[in-house]
Amino acid sequence: MLRFIVRRLLLTIPLLVGISLISFLMIHLAPGGPISIATDLNPRATADARARLEKYYGLDRPLHVQYARWLERMATLDFGDSFSPDGRPVAQKIRERIPITLTINVLSMGLILLVAIPIGIYSAVHRGSLFDRASTVFVFTGFSIPTFWLALLLMILFGVKLGWLPISGIGSLDYQSLGLAGKIADRARHLLLPVLLAGFSGLAGMSRYMRSNMLEVIRQDYIASARAKGLPERKVVYRHAMRNAVLPVITILGLSVPDLLGGSVIFETIFAIPGMGQLFYQGVMSRDYPLIMGILTIGAFLTLLGNLLADVGYALADPRIRQG
Amino acid sequence: MSGPLLAIRDLRVDFATEKGTVRALFGVSLSIDPGETVGLVGESGCGKSVTALSILRLLPSPPAIVRGGEILLRGENLLDLPEKRMCEVRGKAVSMIFQEPMTSLNPVLTVGEQVAEVFTAHRECGRREAAARAVSWLGKVRMPDPERRAREYPHQMSGGMRQRAMIATALALEPSLLIADEPTTALDVTIQAQIMALLQEMRERERMAVLLITHDLGVVHDFADRTAIMYLGRIVEIAPTKGLFSDPIHPYTQGLLASLPGKGTGTARLSSIPGAVPDLSSVPPGCPFADRCPYRQAALDRFRGGADSRDSLGICDREDPPLFEYAPGHFAACHYQRAMRGGGAS
Amino acid sequence: MTGSGGIWRDFARRLLRNRLAAAGGLVILFFFLVAAFPALFTSRNPDRIDVSVILQPPSAAHPLGTDDLGRDVLARVVYGARVSMKVGFVAVGIATAIGLVIGLLSGFYGGRVDAVLMRFVDIMLCFPTFFLILSVIAFLSPSIVNIMAVIGLTGWMGVARLVRAETLSLKERDFVAAARAQGAGTARIVFRHILPNALAPVLVSATLGVAGAILTESALSFLGIGVQPPTPSWGNILTIGKNYIEFAWWLSLFPGLAILFTVLGYNLLGEGIRDAADPRLSGR
Repeated sequence: MLRFIVRRLLLTIPLLVGISLISFLMIHLAPGGPISIATDLNPRATADARARLEKYYGLDRPLHVQYARWLERMATLDFGDSFSPDGRPVAQKIRERIPITLTINVLSMGLILLVAIPIGIYSAVHRGSLFDRASTVFVFTGFSIPTFWLALLLMILFGVKLGWLPISGIGSLDYQSLGLAGKIADRARHLLLPVLLAGFSGLAGMSRYMRSNMLEVIRQDYIASARAKGLPERKVVYRHAMRNAVLPVITILGLSVPDLLGGSVIFETIFAIPGMGQLFYQGVMSRDYPLIMGILTIGAFLTLLGNLLADVGYALADPRIRQG
Repeated sequence: MSGPLLAIRDLRVDFATEKGTVRALFGVSLSIDPGETVGLVGESGCGKSVTALSILRLLPSPPAIVRGGEILLRGENLLDLPEKRMCEVRGKAVSMIFQEPMTSLNPVLTVGEQVAEVFTAHRECGRREAAARAVSWLGKVRMPDPERRAREYPHQMSGGMRQRAMIATALALEPSLLIADEPTTALDVTIQAQIMALLQEMRERERMAVLLITHDLGVVHDFADRTAIMYLGRIVEIAPTKGLFSDPIHPYTQGLLASLPGKGTGTARLSSIPGAVPDLSSVPPGCPFADRCPYRQAALDRFRGGADSRDSLGICDREDPPLFEYAPGHFAACHYQRAMRGGGAS
Repeated sequence: MTGSGGIWRDFARRLLRNRLAAAGGLVILFFFLVAAFPALFTSRNPDRIDVSVILQPPSAAHPLGTDDLGRDVLARVVYGARVSMKVGFVAVGIATAIGLVIGLLSGFYGGRVDAVLMRFVDIMLCFPTFFLILSVIAFLSPSIVNIMAVIGLTGWMGVARLVRAETLSLKERDFVAAARAQGAGTARIVFRHILPNALAPVLVSATLGVAGAILTESALSFLGIGVQPPTPSWGNILTIGKNYIEFAWWLSLFPGLAILFTVLGYNLLGEGIRDAADPRLSGR
């Protein structure tokens, strides 16, 4: 098992190098190079910013030295200073914003698991039933609905028409004056819609995946032999089939990290949530290149980490790898 | 106890496919006495496994549909039992071992857990005792180091060991009938002999009846009291094994035996009879074997060549032959032999 | 290659028999007509500003209401169809072309070529696609051409993997070995034997890809970094909808429905093609 983890870690090294290379190339291959593009298109980039940038990229040095510097900065998560008026280090800005983004994404992953697995299993076991057909409709709608539009509709319904839920931010104006219970309730009310929406399309995908997995597992020989032992159907499904069908979900969950992160740009912008996605959006709108490259790189790291955790989790859960 | 342990009567099973209904069993009848071993032999796709699975009602449905017939276990029709009662039959009164030991064990549960499950499923005892009994049964089927093996997962074992685990599970509640569906087909030749020897030993010790499904006539010769030959969803000949080997009546059986290199020792597969097994979805009326039957073809040649003025075996194309008894307990379904040998109605 | 006509006829029959897929196809056809002949569906000019009818709810004169500049929402939705249909097709065309080339190279040559290309795919997949798209757009400028290019350039990895896997399995098959034995050249083997057989899964992934591209474009336009006003697109009408979310629900509802139905159409058609191409998998 330890060998597996070590081997898996070694495999991420070329990927890390690749990520650094691509982000390096992106800056340097951009028409006009990193400085002119930044300053030409960004009216806010002053002469001062230009000087800072030149120093940051070390543009007077040969290309391989520049890359080495870039690698070093990435390793220490030093992405330079933001172009925004406050001019603070990008790493610091990201650090402030990342917890809320991760919180929402982890919560929506939990939601996906809690809802999608039972839907998928029930649909597969009762294939062709009314529930199965209804869930298929739900799945296709889930695949096809633009999340941001669904967000607008839910805001209109719950925020505007019914007035049940707040539609922006993560805390009410009087948040600081609330007691602990009040604070938790207030935060929950603010996060309910974002979490639901962040997980929505994942929910559809996962329940579809779960269903086809379960259908596949149920045809396996060991399911027939479990039935032949005289196990009641309930046990065959929940003890024998489900375990095997749920295992690959761990991998899928890891693979869903990039989509969730990408989605956070959309829902954080819509709901005015001060997370990394919103920061990224603001960076793109103001062409704050150090910030953009910083978040892009962090996003790639998080994706890599998600895959790594998923592989290790899968290895722990599957005896064929654990004991292999 | 008088009467057969298991009596299958006129069992008809269809499969609903995309292209329409396909008949898998055309009125199969078969009985097994307590303690008796019956061999069921035929080419793949002839309905052996469908017969076995329908006894335990394990046919996937859909697509399988039981159209008619009954399966009586000590006089009780299994086809009428509610699912809950059927669960009590499976693994306890009737148990089954499968062809593929590599895939018949659940990869994420230990072998010990999977053997122990049969005790807890039938509420024989608690979890702890079940685990202990599982280890003891693994020992009885000669699993080396059963304590340790019980804690291992299937992927850590060879095919032979897995099949031993399957046998332990099947025998653990001392069933009165064991269905063994090609129990050695997927194993190496040396392991095959060991597993058959184990089954032989267990059969004698537990005094259970065995329905042995195989395409290997050699195995049947050494093992079965009676043998049934299946072809295209029908039993075409059934007889005491000795009688079947010394005087095969159905041309299909004759072909099978002729393809054995040496009686009783060969393990030849049943592929040397001319012609191919027809597609079950397009079965014409008449005898299912007519297209491959040397008697039928000879009669046809004589008629077409003008040697015969009429087609002496025209009936083969019109009627599916019923079983007739040629010697005590020796039945075969063949128009030609009926005409040649006579014999009473079954 | 006898009977290949029969295979395609079988395929077409199965596809048409699948009611959901046929419905999806009809929806797509409808939106194609809308995009091609917008004048048939509205007589109004989508860009005509009329301050006397600002933010009007749906009425006989304006069936889907008007926006904050008094423009007719129906007209804007109708003309917005052009953007969605075009972006979906061009972006997926780019992604599929790149994916085909990389997948074929990787699968056919194997060895080093394969190792390098597949590592490249792995690396590209580490970047959250939406982040990548936004970053590139920030370097360029938001325009419909750039959007199509960027969605295409960041969406080919799945196709490449798919084509590689198909190529790997196809090149081991007997008919390829036979063609090679008869002296067929690489190009002939690839274009005559491998590509046609790998087409079905690529078609499925392309159809589903169009759905994804339309969603991405609408999200980008909604965020203001896609198709720029005054050019109408479903996404940028929704941006206005969000600004007036408390008074003008029609601005939020109708463009979204258009997106939903188009994307649903492509998804249903894609699933239908998958089932028709491989009936064993149907219903899964």
